[in-house]
Amino acid sequence: MRARTRTARRRVVVLAAVASLGAGLLAGCADDGKKDEGGSSSGGGGKTKITLGLFGTAGFEESGLYKEYEKLHPDVDIQQTVVERNENYYPALINHLTTNSGLQDIQMVEVGNIAEIVGTQSDKLLDLSKYGKKSDYLEWKWEQATTKDGATVGVGTDIGPMAICYRTDLFKAAGLPTDREEVGKLWAGDWNKLVDVGKQYKAKGPKGTTFLDSPGGLLQAIVSGEKERFYDASGKVIYKSNPAVKDAFDLTAQAAEDGLIGNQTQFQPAWDTTIANSKFAAMSCPPWMLGYIKGKSKPDAAGKWDIAQAPKSGNWGGSFLTVPKSGKNTEEAAKLAAWLTAPAQQAKLFGVQGSFPSTPAAYDSTEVKSAKNDMTGDAPIGTIFAEAAKNIPVQTIGPKDQIIQQGLTDNGVILVTQGKSAKDAWENAVKTIDNNLDQ
Amino acid sequence: MTTGHETAAAPPTKEGGAAPARPPAGPSDDERRRARLSRRWQRDMRWSPYAFVSPFFLLFLAFGLFPLIYTGWASLHQVELTAPTDMNWVGFRNYTRIFDDDFFWNAAKNTLTIGIISTVPQLLMAMGLAHILNYKLRASTFYRVAMLAPYATSIAAASLVFVLLFGRDYGMINWALNQVGIDNIDWQNDKWASQIAVSSIVIWRWTGYNALIYLAAMQAIPQDLYESAALDGANRWRQFLHVTLPALRPTILFTVVVSTIGASQLFGEPLLFDASKGASGGSQHQFQTLGLYLYEQGWVNQHLGRASAIAWTMFLILIVIGIVNYVISRRLRASS
Repeated sequence: MRARTRTARRRVVVLAAVASLGAGLLAGCADDGKKDEGGSSSGGGGKTKITLGLFGTAGFEESGLYKEYEKLHPDVDIQQTVVERNENYYPALINHLTTNSGLQDIQMVEVGNIAEIVGTQSDKLLDLSKYGKKSDYLEWKWEQATTKDGATVGVGTDIGPMAICYRTDLFKAAGLPTDREEVGKLWAGDWNKLVDVGKQYKAKGPKGTTFLDSPGGLLQAIVSGEKERFYDASGKVIYKSNPAVKDAFDLTAQAAEDGLIGNQTQFQPAWDTTIANSKFAAMSCPPWMLGYIKGKSKPDAAGKWDIAQAPKSGNWGGSFLTVPKSGKNTEEAAKLAAWLTAPAQQAKLFGVQGSFPSTPAAYDSTEVKSAKNDMTGDAPIGTIFAEAAKNIPVQTIGPKDQIIQQGLTDNGVILVTQGKSAKDAWENAVKTIDNNLDQ
Repeated sequence: MTTGHETAAAPPTKEGGAAPARPPAGPSDDERRRARLSRRWQRDMRWSPYAFVSPFFLLFLAFGLFPLIYTGWASLHQVELTAPTDMNWVGFRNYTRIFDDDFFWNAAKNTLTIGIISTVPQLLMAMGLAHILNYKLRASTFYRVAMLAPYATSIAAASLVFVLLFGRDYGMINWALNQVGIDNIDWQNDKWASQIAVSSIVIWRWTGYNALIYLAAMQAIPQDLYESAALDGANRWRQFLHVTLPALRPTILFTVVVSTIGASQLFGEPLLFDASKGASGGSQHQFQTLGLYLYEQGWVNQHLGRASAIAWTMFLILIVIGIVNYVISRRLRASS
């Protein structure tokens, strides 16, 4: 009987131990979760840890901005996680925002997604208008992240004023001018003229090369210079009926049909190889593209590129920093976000990383004015892009811009290079986009 | 609850039955303790097994059944990823529109064709390889491990390498074809070429796995069957046809079922085969599978309701496939 009692007691003890272990494990998990989510736990030595969720090459760390901030604020410890592609980053961000968990203290948002974030998630994000100085930023950039009620949920990082990058050696071989002013004049004000230059290039340029790199690049360039493209001011989807979009599509398709454009999809390995092998003479080129070209080129291409103004200025790319309310250090995070995007820091970022400032005050800084790129030799890239930035129209952006843009390029114009008619390509794109938009 | 109480209450009377032999001073402290312990013991015996198996059922409830039912619920609504709690009842609209959703049927067709052109050659090759490996070979362990190496590789790594091999302009396969005078094939954009390329990733990855399963089954076939067949004058090929194949029938059925399920869930290979188009499976959706379409609707386009309806439709299709498999296997068993 005693033995039985003992076993019973032992069982109770064992059960209790198991239970407490289990509870401990669960609690441990919960604890960890909280740490990761809020990023709010104090880091080593009682520091406030601020975490950033970024995609692509934001370049804050590479240009030493974190170190500088940590030096200014010794109690702050900054950490970042970077996802390579926005397509992988954004769905997770939306998921985290809707469940209010798993968020970093600062989350980056791409311009193609900012309208959706502002429209659907602004109640989860901190109003940053108290932290950032509105007058520092380009007005349209500030407005893009501002809700109808006047809450600014994101501060702008870079923008993508677009110009045309071209190979001076290939232009010369095709008997075209190489001076950037003259090249700009060839097509000033009209994309049709650029396509005409392409025809000249095709007639005389080196065999095996094309004038432009990809249909996607050209379409993006034309469309991003329009005030209204996929949505009208009231928020209605108008891409199908908007003549600006259809004209851009048709012009691109025509150029593709005439063989002026390489049959590539941008940012794919094969496209990278066409950069490395100098297979095309020109491409639409926001500032960050120079970094990309540099990364993919062979050393002998250095200095052979130059930049001319595009027929019409447009904006391609650029991001925002947002601060989710669920973080525990929202105050500190907001200060950091505002500091990272202030003119002085944006100027530095351009000098190192080529992300063009969204703060006009930075355009007169020495960092921007004296900026050079290995690929473009002595070209004053800062001044050229600043000029383009001034002419960017204030654009109506919509929540699903990215899906529409991607449909037009990846399910549309690219097909023309594969032998489809422009009409079929347009129909394929429209069908895909409409299916994707239909709730 | 009540039954638990009754049975727990019963033992004391039973033990109490022995009690009158004792001095009638009422239950002593010791007895009461015994009774209590005994009750506990009974309860323990009755409920502990449930506690031990409960982790599986709890996990299944949380990560299996609940998502399944919730997906069904969500499929009857219009609901977006940007506001998952904001649900709009639409009844069976998400299902009815699947009937004239060209993209769904295109994906279903692709899943079927890719499934066939990957599964059939895969299993045939696996059978052949297993047959070869079943002979006495030098370094047979090495070959067997080598068989399994592709299976151990991650889908992502394998797919990315295949994308480079299948590149249109600079890929090695087109280079090799050029050497024998065949023009560049646009592996990503041509419908059949792209499906064959995707299938080749699947075949590369799973052939060794299936070969090892066949090999294991072959080694279980008694040697004397072969010997007597040889005595009867059957050559190797006849032995294979009349001894090996019949003995492998259940194994073949197993691999067919598993491969069919695997093929209907095909996702990673086509997703990574053209990374820029991602879930749309090529410019013209030429290799978009059902798995990809589901993912595209849910995570790229953020239409959770539509994605849920697709998921349930896929589930139903899989059940149908399962029933067909079951019927065929019963027929086969009955005929043997």
